[in-house]
Amino acid sequence: MDQLTFQFPAQPCKPSAKASLCGVVSSGNLEVLITQGAQPNGCEVSIHTSAQGFAPIWQAVLADFAAHHALGGTAITINDMGATPAVVTLRLGQAFRDYCGGAQ
Amino acid sequence: MNLPQPSPPSRGPSFYEATARQRVNRLLDAQSFTEFLPPQGAHSSPHLALLGLPGALDDGVVIGSGTLGGKPVLIIAQEGQFLGGAVGEMHGAKIVGLLQRAVRDKPLAVLFLVDSGGVRLHEANAGLIALSEIMRAVLDTRAAGIPVFALIGGVCGAFGGMGIVSRLCSAILMSEQGRLALSGPEVIETVAGVEEFDSRDRALVWRVTGGKHRYLMGDCLALVEDDVEDFRQTTLALLAHWEETAPELHTLRAEQERLSQRCTQFCGLRDGLEVWAALGVPNPQQIPLLERDALVTLRQGLSL
Repeated sequence: MDQLTFQFPAQPCKPSAKASLCGVVSSGNLEVLITQGAQPNGCEVSIHTSAQGFAPIWQAVLADFAAHHALGGTAITINDMGATPAVVTLRLGQAFRDYCGGAQ
Repeated sequence: MNLPQPSPPSRGPSFYEATARQRVNRLLDAQSFTEFLPPQGAHSSPHLALLGLPGALDDGVVIGSGTLGGKPVLIIAQEGQFLGGAVGEMHGAKIVGLLQRAVRDKPLAVLFLVDSGGVRLHEANAGLIALSEIMRAVLDTRAAGIPVFALIGGVCGAFGGMGIVSRLCSAILMSEQGRLALSGPEVIETVAGVEEFDSRDRALVWRVTGGKHRYLMGDCLALVEDDVEDFRQTTLALLAHWEETAPELHTLRAEQERLSQRCTQFCGLRDGLEVWAALGVPNPQQIPLLERDALVTLRQGLSL
């Protein structure tokens, strides 16, 4: 198992929920939890993944998502069991939409 | 050639396909669910991390309170997609805690959405102890006069220790997709060989563990559609007139006698088809194809 952490600069978001959770930790799937973070202009991501050696892919997928969404002020926790980048982006989008009350 | 197009039955969201959280939210009155120990508090398994496996924030089970038809209930939902819904130490502790709370708070009922292959082998003795604690807690809750309903219709069914837990509940509601047994098909094949049981024969697996078979055998009280709304309506209907009575020695002895006779009666039969024939079902091959309503009518016609 790999444990990874990332930080990205991002525009502040306007949450409408205290937390949102999407997905299940199962083969090819992952769970994404979004809660309030410490930095209003940044996003912290913490990942546990069963797939080893994919840090550069995670970096690329998360940086792309952070560039397209106002994630500032969030902390994202991910438990992954080998999800593909497309599934990761999908779950991030679902969780973030819930976190912002469907506004985005 | 014009073939008549069968109109698909109008059904709500599938119970089988839904996640534990979706089942809870759709089963209870809208917006009534409050989760205990929610995922943002993070109560994941300490054992899985030691083995280098990613845990789930809720350790594969959702617990909380809500209302059903306006009445207070407590609810447990196992997530079959996470490690087969298997019971680990934290997972079990959450269930036991909820059942103990039921004894204290006296809700109308506890709804137990079982979706589990049994003990989580990664956690070995801690998981086995958790299962035995769940069994005791279910009986304690029933002894306090609070019914515990097992709802079975998920991807993993109810096997191993969770099969025992389900049968300890006040009643079982099952869909055709649900399965209930002790040793799972793959366990039987591994231990006794493919001649004894071919776990890859899915139709056979359902003929001996599936909801229709359990309903014909009287192991589940109600057979429902694979639809969260049907689980909800059937639970409401049952609870409207339910009286939870403490088990007495003579009723337990009678049940033991019934099961012993059943063991003798069906000994040597190797397939649900043979058992249904022995039950007096006129055309056993039709059972897997029957709609739920037709099967319920058929069972009412049998002298069971």
